[in-house]
Amino acid sequence: MSGGTASAPPLQVRGLVKRYGHLAAVAGVDLTIESGDVYGYLGPNGAGKTTSLRMMLGLIRPTAGTVRVFGRDPWESVRALDGVAGFVEAPTFYPYLNGRRNLELLAAFDGGGSGEQVERALETVELADRARDKVKGYSHGMRQRLGIAAALLRQPKLLLLDEPTTGLDPGGMRDMRVLVRRLAEEGITIVLSSHLLAEVEEVCNRVGIVQSGKLVYEGEIAALKRSAGASYTVQTTDDERAVQICRAQRGIADVRRQDGRIWFSAEEEQAVATLSQALVEGGALIRSLQPQTARLEDLFFSLTEASEHDEQPVAEPTVGATR
Amino acid sequence: MSTGAVATRVPGVTGRTRRPSVFTVYRWEIFKLVHLRRTYLGLALSVAVPVGFAVAIHFRHVHHGDFAFATFLNRSGLALPLVILLFGAVWMFPLIVALVAGDIIASEDHNGTLKTVLTRSLERWQIFAGKVLAATTYAIVAILLNGSVAVVAGTLQSGFHSLQTLSGTTVSASHALVLVYVSLLIYLVPIVTLVFIGVLLSALFHNSAAAVVGTLMISLVFQLIGVLPGLTGTQPYLLSTQFNAWQGLLRTPIDWAPIVHSVWVCAMYGVPALVTAFLLFIRRDVAGG
Repeated sequence: MSGGTASAPPLQVRGLVKRYGHLAAVAGVDLTIESGDVYGYLGPNGAGKTTSLRMMLGLIRPTAGTVRVFGRDPWESVRALDGVAGFVEAPTFYPYLNGRRNLELLAAFDGGGSGEQVERALETVELADRARDKVKGYSHGMRQRLGIAAALLRQPKLLLLDEPTTGLDPGGMRDMRVLVRRLAEEGITIVLSSHLLAEVEEVCNRVGIVQSGKLVYEGEIAALKRSAGASYTVQTTDDERAVQICRAQRGIADVRRQDGRIWFSAEEEQAVATLSQALVEGGALIRSLQPQTARLEDLFFSLTEASEHDEQPVAEPTVGATR
Repeated sequence: MSTGAVATRVPGVTGRTRRPSVFTVYRWEIFKLVHLRRTYLGLALSVAVPVGFAVAIHFRHVHHGDFAFATFLNRSGLALPLVILLFGAVWMFPLIVALVAGDIIASEDHNGTLKTVLTRSLERWQIFAGKVLAATTYAIVAILLNGSVAVVAGTLQSGFHSLQTLSGTTVSASHALVLVYVSLLIYLVPIVTLVFIGVLLSALFHNSAAAVVGTLMISLVFQLIGVLPGLTGTQPYLLSTQFNAWQGLLRTPIDWAPIVHSVWVCAMYGVPALVTAFLLFIRRDVAGG
């Protein structure tokens, strides 16, 4: 086993590739998850998120590249996964055993398994009162919660969660997000795979965005939003003329009409001031002028749609079109 | 969900102090088998067949010379377990073995629980070893249960009397009982080989039914080859033939040659099957479930 070091990041992935015949499910992903990160691993369905997570957990062998968990290779020994927990796709259990027995089995497979430990984990996810019921009678949400309980039994320092809110009702989704935030506050580094942008925006501080097996962005959400530049809407007394003026103005870009308003982006605030003056002078009197905050959803679609036309990975993209 | 006071470090638990072992897996595999319906299907078959046989003997006379020990079924209850060993090799014991051995990896792969256990603190070889031991234990229990029920049912039907060997000599009832149980142990050699073949198919297929049926089919194909014209010369090397090796015990003096032959022929099938299953399990991508 390659020995881990205290200074090694919780998760480091370099040049990760997984091919199935001619199909590249993951086509060269580089990721670095730092201690304390709540990392959103974003991508549409089929982008390669789950395949990546499987490789990170040592379930499938990479075609090329390396995965290091706290500096150790999970394919060399399962001991590399000490301090790591999580689940890929939906958490799975033995349906003919009850919830408590499932947790006892998994705790035993970790070398521990005191009854108190199992009980506390069940209480944490509020399944103590259903612990004697067979798992085959559990709802999807209950299985997700049991999955979290099973992960907590390992006392993880790194938690890998693959779409943990998928299939949950709104209340369950909210509870899961709150739980993830709480776990992060307690010092657990979390990698959260999701295609739900609002979820990632709410709980994560950093994101990696994958599309067609390739990483198209990695960095802080705040930086991603900043990179989008400032976006504005304006309504005037003569929008057709206003559009012509906007397009002619220096420092103004991505002009388009939508929802009865004119949308544009500006590199600097001075350009907006100059534009407002030009509109008035051009006879298009301003009825409203509002700055718009970039949403992760918009940035995500900009990145993923752009990547479909661009084979080169984008490390620090500039996203111009937002609304 | 308790979001107000999440306890990730469970109080009172100071962390893991020991690594889990093959025995940990074995213990839980047995526990799971106890809770699986198919386990009882096989065991019920092990019990029902000798009981049914005893009932059939009671109501219907078995003709002399129909098969080995047929003559003695009405004279000694100890002939019954031996007769069942003869017939059980055709499909009953292969089916009982396949029900668990064929299922033990494939069902976990299919249901997705394999990925759950592979991300805990056990090496893959430990999980494999635990599963093979559990499947073997089940097969041993099924055979011994069958033999014991046959002894009891046969004794109730025909009495606990002396038994005539295949050489024509007569052995006392207590001696015959010992021979019955040693025969069962020798029978376990091809049975365990079949377990290994079942485990191989279980590791190969992601589908439990395919692995179970496949194990049964392999057993039947061996028997078919043995009766095909022109292929009878292969009989000594067929797995199906090794199910008759125990008959060497029922000769006077004991003929050890078929028993020794059975051990190495079974090893010829069983060891490659087990090694291949192991390599498949160790190296496979767990992407299903």
